[in-house]
Amino acid sequence: MNILEAAIQGVLLGGLYGLFAAGLSLIFGVMRIVNLGYGAFAVLSAYLALALTRSTSMSPLLALLIIVPVMAAFGFVLQRWVLQRTLDPSPLPSILVTFGLAVIVENALLLTQSADQERLTLGRIDTQAIQLGEIRIGVYPLAVFVLALVLLGVLSLVIQKTGFGRSVRAISDDPGTVELMGIKPKRIYAWSGAIAFGLVAVAGVASGIQSSFNPSSGSLLLIFAFEAVIIGGIGSLWGTLVGAMVLGVAQTVGAAFAPSQQLLIGHIVFLLFLLFLPRGLTGKATRA
Amino acid sequence: MTIRVEGLSAAYGQLTALREVSLRVEPGEILAIVGANGAGKSTLLKTIAGQLAATTGSVHIDDRDVTRLAASERARLGILLVPEGRRLFPSLTVRENLQVGTSTGRAGVWTIDSVCDLFPLVEERLDRRAGLMSGGEQQATAIARALVGNPSVLMLDEISLGLAPTIVVDLYSKLGRITEQGTSILLVEQDVRRAATVADQIHCLLEGSTALAGRDLDLADITAAYFGVSTR
Repeated sequence: MNILEAAIQGVLLGGLYGLFAAGLSLIFGVMRIVNLGYGAFAVLSAYLALALTRSTSMSPLLALLIIVPVMAAFGFVLQRWVLQRTLDPSPLPSILVTFGLAVIVENALLLTQSADQERLTLGRIDTQAIQLGEIRIGVYPLAVFVLALVLLGVLSLVIQKTGFGRSVRAISDDPGTVELMGIKPKRIYAWSGAIAFGLVAVAGVASGIQSSFNPSSGSLLLIFAFEAVIIGGIGSLWGTLVGAMVLGVAQTVGAAFAPSQQLLIGHIVFLLFLLFLPRGLTGKATRA
Repeated sequence: MTIRVEGLSAAYGQLTALREVSLRVEPGEILAIVGANGAGKSTLLKTIAGQLAATTGSVHIDDRDVTRLAASERARLGILLVPEGRRLFPSLTVRENLQVGTSTGRAGVWTIDSVCDLFPLVEERLDRRAGLMSGGEQQATAIARALVGNPSVLMLDEISLGLAPTIVVDLYSKLGRITEQGTSILLVEQDVRRAATVADQIHCLLEGSTALAGRDLDLADITAAYFGVSTR
């Protein structure tokens, strides 16, 4: 496999990581809430899709039409009535609560499902590829990449151009003062939670089609998402996508040299960023 | 609308910062709150705005009791505070700051266009990030951001803080244009003389309590109350 092909695969893989990181970028990067349950809820979404496809033999894509609203509603409720209570100048309460939620979800899946590897399938599309000269590009990874571009583009427009987005950015600057303008921050946080969980559902199902998963897969997905957000620069949605692509390329190109050390190389690149470019590629100022 | 405050107290934890303060401001009137540092001036405004819970007393706007309402709900009823230190949203542009200000959902004469007429300084900077402006520009923007919410009661907390005297005079010269719409203004001011020239009523606080309040007060009496010394 040549390096160019590996790099293209890495960029496409970055689309999948970007999909994961988008919701996290919104709530961690923009609203400064640390949610360690993120990966577990992505895996939960994949298991929901698995249950739906097995019981009704519908396509995972069709299942998304049910899972995304369900997870978004769950995200709204969780943010409004659970995580809202953990908001504090110290990030510790929300870290502990979301870590606890991740443990609960993972173990509930282990109890009710099994520890076996599972996989969602789209049938023939799973393995189809486009041949461009020497290079083969998977149809499915390409589709995920395009989907990530579209979803991040829409999310970015919402944040930049709409009243809701302005409120989100204003809250990230100064939540106390936002209330003086007649805005209820709790409601904005809750809707952001809904958007983030809708995105995590898409990412979880997309990932479940691309590679196999088990109840414990969430933690690795969470790490990739955080790495993408930090490489890209906290607070920037497009930065997150670029960060995700950097991580993806690091992994696939790294795998071309040392096939068994793919993940390690990704983490090393992330650590290099932390060391030399701690504010990430977009370099937005981070709040102390 | 008339704002009526009766026996209002507030505390930071165990520390009572405001004791049994009462005041009443009619539409279009300006009430200046004066007092030394730590006298409870900002605390009074924060408690009226709902940022701080009242421990005793009540706040009424016309006949509506708003004492238990959240700050966001009071803002929607037209009680708007320009907080101490301006508190603009630094990563948003000036225009976006004003757009957030319209979230009160209140209709009225004040729109982004009309506040730009009032503050030409703001109009020149509409597309600038609020965090990158001078103090005077930020203060004008902070007042404009509250104005576009069409307040019935506008509270200004130390708008002269850290600004050059000419800029302060300019800001104060705009207040008449605001009150002529029937908006009442409560302002906190360190400078007793300046407060006395713009205000219809003066309310002097000393260690959280009312030391002196009224109309057409003598400057010497206000100064005496300010420092807590008897004039007799």
